[in-house]
Amino acid sequence: MVSRDPQGAVWPGRGEDPPAVASRAVMTETIPELEPRVRRIVARWNHDPTGLVQILREVQEEFGCVPRPAAALVARFLRIPYSRVTGVASFYSFLAIEPRGEYRILFSDNITDRMAGSERLMDVLCHRLWVEPGKVSEDGLVSVERTSCTGLCDQGPALLVNGRAIPALTDERIERIGDLVLARTPLPEWPAGLFTVADNVRRSDILLGHGLAPGDAIRAALQRGARGWSEHAANERSWREAYVGAAQGPIATLEEVKRSNLRGRGGAGFTTGVKWEACRHATGLERYIVCNADEGEPGTFKDRVLLTSHADLLFDGMTVAAYAIGASRGFLYLRGEYRYLLDHLEDVLERRRAANLLGSGICGQPGFDFDVRIHVGAGSYVCGEESALIESLEGKRGVPRNRPPYPVTNGYRQQPTIVNNVETLCAAALIAVHGGDWYRGIGTLKSSGTKILSVAGDVERPGLYEYPFGVTIRQVLEDCGARNTQAVQVSGPSGICIDATEFDRRIAFEDLPTAGAFTVFDAGRDMFEVARNYAHFFAHESCGFCTPCRVGTSMLVAAMDKIHAGNGTQHELREINRLNRVLLMSAHCGLGHTACNPILDTLKRFRPAYERKLRSLDFTPAFDVDGALGRARQMTGRDDADAHLEAQT
Amino acid sequence: MSEEVQAFTLDGVEVPFEKGQTVLQAALAAGRHIPHLCYHPEFRPHGSCKLCTVEVGGSHATSCTLPARAGMKVESETAELNAERRMIVQLLFVEGNHFCPSCEKSGHCKLQAVAYDLGMTNPRFDHFFPDRPVDASHPDLLLDFNRCILCELCVRASAEVDGKRVFALGGRGMGKHLLVNSPSGLLRDSTAAATDKAVEVCPVGVILRKRVGFATPLGARRFDERPISEQALDYAPRPPATGGG
Repeated sequence: MVSRDPQGAVWPGRGEDPPAVASRAVMTETIPELEPRVRRIVARWNHDPTGLVQILREVQEEFGCVPRPAAALVARFLRIPYSRVTGVASFYSFLAIEPRGEYRILFSDNITDRMAGSERLMDVLCHRLWVEPGKVSEDGLVSVERTSCTGLCDQGPALLVNGRAIPALTDERIERIGDLVLARTPLPEWPAGLFTVADNVRRSDILLGHGLAPGDAIRAALQRGARGWSEHAANERSWREAYVGAAQGPIATLEEVKRSNLRGRGGAGFTTGVKWEACRHATGLERYIVCNADEGEPGTFKDRVLLTSHADLLFDGMTVAAYAIGASRGFLYLRGEYRYLLDHLEDVLERRRAANLLGSGICGQPGFDFDVRIHVGAGSYVCGEESALIESLEGKRGVPRNRPPYPVTNGYRQQPTIVNNVETLCAAALIAVHGGDWYRGIGTLKSSGTKILSVAGDVERPGLYEYPFGVTIRQVLEDCGARNTQAVQVSGPSGICIDATEFDRRIAFEDLPTAGAFTVFDAGRDMFEVARNYAHFFAHESCGFCTPCRVGTSMLVAAMDKIHAGNGTQHELREINRLNRVLLMSAHCGLGHTACNPILDTLKRFRPAYERKLRSLDFTPAFDVDGALGRARQMTGRDDADAHLEAQT
Repeated sequence: MSEEVQAFTLDGVEVPFEKGQTVLQAALAAGRHIPHLCYHPEFRPHGSCKLCTVEVGGSHATSCTLPARAGMKVESETAELNAERRMIVQLLFVEGNHFCPSCEKSGHCKLQAVAYDLGMTNPRFDHFFPDRPVDASHPDLLLDFNRCILCELCVRASAEVDGKRVFALGGRGMGKHLLVNSPSGLLRDSTAAATDKAVEVCPVGVILRKRVGFATPLGARRFDERPISEQALDYAPRPPATGGG
């Protein structure tokens, strides 16, 4: 048989379920006060279906999963079809319709976690808790699963327990976690030290060392507008339209951002000023600012630190953007893995409202109204794509939209919307304070400013390194204490993998663009296994909308697993190339377009890592006839020579 | 603007189009076939099957969602594009359980017709053989999920024409699947009826009317008569029929 991710082949939610009617009866009996509790959650989101993902997340936090009767109540209260609720719930990997363990443990499964021993530690924990990976223990106490990179690569291996991150796993920590689970210690009573996440900032530049106070950027933007300003805003149709001169008001801020030549830090590198201007000029009833904090690219963790320690700078940047384009509402889309930062971020927002940095009449400017709401993701990499993110914000399955139209004209609720990365908005705040020319003076010709790199893997000092654009790979490797380096994965699996002959290349849009991941592999690492891990990642995260990505990424996994199992031939390598061509030509979004990159890059540069594993034959079937008899042997309790096919020569 | 007809070229031959039409819609209206599965003449295209991918100026796009523009040079019948389409069809075949000889939709099935048309002679990949139980609970309808290609036509038809929203999508990636909107998840407990548009639009053998499967004998069916590529005009855009039948 084709070996494959077991999750990929089954038909979840059908067949294996107990009869739905019976389970409903059981569930309603066992959940006290189900209806009022669900009603309260739905009311918190104003009975608005666009809050569906948030409602389901809160239902899950309250009940441990999204039980079918709760899903039915949500559908009733929101007046939407029940199947829309279950359709959304089954899209996001953190939401579960079937009960998971009271303690749901998710091991981060990035390659860096594996390199640091996550697989062995997971085995140890499973043994200790008497549970099989992917299953719920007999008593319902605990379940242990794998999840995509949790953004703690600088302090891996890591896991999430009921959504809270525990980094730096060791045998001792695993033992402790096992004890706490077995003793049924409530999560709030677990030692706080387990949950301590370090920032690990190793090199600061203008951004990580900004030294600004909350609101500085907003005041600077208003200040810039005040030059040549006349006091007559209040009774205009919109106060923002009152100022038209190029040096005035929001336009002045927009001009500074354009002059800075700031480009998006999420990877694609679109010019921020152009995006803002297009949104400002688009017609609509309302405009929206969305901060993309769905940092899902394996190996990236810079946003985690910016959100933890520089949230005010980020919110300043969002508010400046709102001022420049004329938006009064903003969203922060926080990835589900960073749920543990939610309370902290809400506190920051509350503090800013009290300080008149959010709300109405910001900084005393009449008509300058802006506020931010936080939406938390629920385990979906593709929601980092801006149109999928907007779908998720609207309470839907996170499937990328057809483009055009683009979000700048038809975004959230079909209104003009800008979606910017956390780091981009932080940089915009700096530009509001120091000006576009200052920013443009840093970096290279086509890449102004600095870039924060998330350095992890085989290095002595993993963490954040901020450099002006143009820094060489060699320089970064030297600074982080990398030795005997074989390869660097720049910008994660959707980026590029380079070898030692390319270490003089530079981080810049002209050469090696990056969203920030910088994963280092020393000579002892098997680059085939690196690529195989990434192939599994893409198959797991494919949204399933388009055929080539939905099925093609699973075919890539099948080919890589076949090679891994020792049955690979040249045939598999040819098929990988063909699958890549189809994905590049026809996939719906960037996930499909880049899904082959890690394999093709490593094949090109580290071909022996593949060829070592290949059989010399042109083709070997993946189906193992003798292996297929294994079940019959198990059932009959036989393992003698006659129960095996003759060894083939 | 002038009255002159706007046109683009498809494989070197001019195709006129009306404002608002996509490349695929204009091509079909002109009797020119581009292979497709998730597109239906009565619905707004959504571009998920990717079979209708064409080349325009060196880059690729889904022709069903690509707005037609005057002077475009569209390539479709190239060896490369057809090889890619064949592969997409093969991916669909191995994703589900498609056993044409025992399927009552054989000869009426667009997946099968397109596969023949593209010269697909083998599945190429290892089959996934997913476990997808059928739903025979409804008195007049059978749901055989084994053959679902996730084109979402029934989802769209049920919502937009029938006004019932009987079908929805669940799961993601290879776990993506069709959901029935009823408390039990069974079609019996939904508002589905044999006269629904959603039943009619299924291009494969998932949503089937009971007791009429072989009313038209094998060999005398739609795609037995003529290959799908010669039936382009039947797929020219038309206004949606009103639901309920």
